[in-house]
Amino acid sequence: MAPPSRRHLLQIEGMDRPEIGALLDLAESYVLLNRTGKTPRDLLRGRTLINLFFEDSTRTRTSFELAGKRLGADVLNMSVSTSSVNKGETLLDTAATLNAMHCDLLVVRHDQSGAPHLLAQKVEASVVNAGDGTHEHPTQALLDALTIRRRRGRIEGLTVAICGDVMHSRVARSNIHLLLAMGASVRVVGPPTLLPSAVERLGVEVFHDMASGLAGVDVVMMLRLQKERMAKGLVPSAREFFRFFGLDKAKLAAAAPHALVMHPGPMNRGVEIASDVADDPLRSVIREQVEMGVAMRMAVLDRLTRAALANA
Amino acid sequence: MPEGPTPDTLIERVRLLDPACGLDAQGALLIRDGRIADHGASLGRPEGATIVDGAGAVLCPGLVDMRAQLGEPGYEYRETIASAAEAAAAGGITTLACLPDSRPALDDPALVRLLRARGEETGSLTILPYGALTRGCEGQELAELGLLREAGAVAFTDGARTIASARLMRRALAYARGFGARIVQHPEDPSLAEGGTATEGELATRLGLPGIPAAAEAILVARDIRLAELTGGTVHFAHVSTGEALALIRAAKDRGLAVTCDTAPPYFDLNETAIGEFRSFARLSPPLRAEADRMAVLAALADGTIDAIASDHQPRDADDKRLPFAQASAGGTGLATLLAVTLAQVHGGALPLIRALALLTVEPARLLGCDAGTLRKGAAADLCLFAPERAWLVESGALPGKAQNTPFDGRALEGRVLATWKAGLQVFAE
Repeated sequence: MAPPSRRHLLQIEGMDRPEIGALLDLAESYVLLNRTGKTPRDLLRGRTLINLFFEDSTRTRTSFELAGKRLGADVLNMSVSTSSVNKGETLLDTAATLNAMHCDLLVVRHDQSGAPHLLAQKVEASVVNAGDGTHEHPTQALLDALTIRRRRGRIEGLTVAICGDVMHSRVARSNIHLLLAMGASVRVVGPPTLLPSAVERLGVEVFHDMASGLAGVDVVMMLRLQKERMAKGLVPSAREFFRFFGLDKAKLAAAAPHALVMHPGPMNRGVEIASDVADDPLRSVIREQVEMGVAMRMAVLDRLTRAALANA
Repeated sequence: MPEGPTPDTLIERVRLLDPACGLDAQGALLIRDGRIADHGASLGRPEGATIVDGAGAVLCPGLVDMRAQLGEPGYEYRETIASAAEAAAAGGITTLACLPDSRPALDDPALVRLLRARGEETGSLTILPYGALTRGCEGQELAELGLLREAGAVAFTDGARTIASARLMRRALAYARGFGARIVQHPEDPSLAEGGTATEGELATRLGLPGIPAAAEAILVARDIRLAELTGGTVHFAHVSTGEALALIRAAKDRGLAVTCDTAPPYFDLNETAIGEFRSFARLSPPLRAEADRMAVLAALADGTIDAIASDHQPRDADDKRLPFAQASAGGTGLATLLAVTLAQVHGGALPLIRALALLTVEPARLLGCDAGTLRKGAAADLCLFAPERAWLVESGALPGKAQNTPFDGRALEGRVLATWKAGLQVFAE
């Protein structure tokens, strides 16, 4: 029995290996089409994609915008500052507005965990979670998986270390769920104050030092450390964090010789990652992640649109 | 009230259950002049009496709810006293202690008198106000505890706010002791709980919700037990939800300290998984806990560590709840479901019926220092008639009263209130 087609992409948790694998396969074809410039611009013709961003993110918004345009959608960007309005009130008011506009695809970024889930209950459009609070960022995990799979030919059997501020990272959560579903081993590495409670229950191995955490791994994923973590007493200072958890050449030496270095961006150079590692063409796939992002999002928009048609 | 003698009411064919008197017998109960005139296996039918056929249902004292927030004053859009009274009557509750963290806070004797009078005006519900422990429930300066007590405040608390300062708590316990008054604490260390919305652990981690460690409750309980010991004061912990805190309270009771506590139905009927994918109706304070804590609460209800079950009713309107989880206001309604959710544990074998009813009647009445919660002859005829096996479905939108934010939405329950009497007058009939 085939599962009903998913109308929204809200989270990786709950997605299984065939579903993820099929999305990655579809994205592969878009990588090639993008490189040849021959994308199917009629696929989303006449459809409206709205980028609804309650939090700033040039990178993710641009990636979705490009993905939508390459498939022929009409793309609108709506930026809503959460600080300037009476918070949640706008969320459902916005949903009503979007319904009136007959939006087909709604890409949502919000600083509150679960906000896209709430919107998905109220809007007629297919909702893509582009990052919600500290919950999930599903398209980032998908594009990371696509990057790894293209470089290594597989995900199953690889060991991936996710390092730094796992506690506040939606990228980390989505990646943990996805990599485990695809058969990889996942480690999280960071100071105890930046690892979420009971994280081992998600199926990962926990390390508090980079030397043992990175030992022999195939992929090193670095996470962004935001400045306010220092103010909240989670880590004493940026320089102390870099000394123990920042990725430099010496720490990377513990990983497998071929290990890939990844970062969801934007990077804090000299805080979680040294420039010579970030810019090392032999190891860093950070720029490639950006390219994969567009193809992956095209695949997601393609899939959700077809699902909406099938369910209509 | 109409003048002249009201006709007698005879409630026949009921199972009379009163934990206060240890009464459990088939029979009838006679109401005369608003009081319980008699009960027994067979009572004659006085001339002109209204006859009610109980058809084998249970007749127990009207329930005493020792912790509920009312929408009035200040939050009438959530609930009014009239709508709360309607929900209470439908839930078999005839006496209710209301929290003082309203707008304005109940930190003035006139407000305490007003709330008492507003209760009397309903004709169906005695309202026993808690006095604010600090002015405005802001946790800074002590309110006028003596004057509030004189005006009828049953105990002192800052409601949903923890009395955070150990120094202030110490003084409050000592000063209130002089008036024989209890301090009711929301036991949650505020600095540990700050920003948290769910119990810290695997589920909160998966949902990306900031957590509150279960230890935040135990830490506050441990501190206040020690302060009660230091001052000789009397402390009551509200809506206790963790096994660790209950173990501390059990040990303190064993040492003979004046420590008591209550819990609320969500903490023995639900666990943290009820928040599911961000269900804001299940966002409560304290947050729903792990299954092991739910089991510990049940054990503490059975062994007497927990003194009472309160509804912990917190009315909210749709706009308070239709928000991303962390922005939604914490709290759930509880008046209409108090009895039935408690009875679920009786049906499940965790609690004997007589114990369950004691936790809802005589025990909270004792803590509040009021004479409600009994079928003793001569007592006010505050009564609840319920069918223990009658099934119903909790549905948000279909509950009595205004507030519909029940954490039990969709829960099938057994045990339905059939009728409620307040001072001899029938105030609810199914």
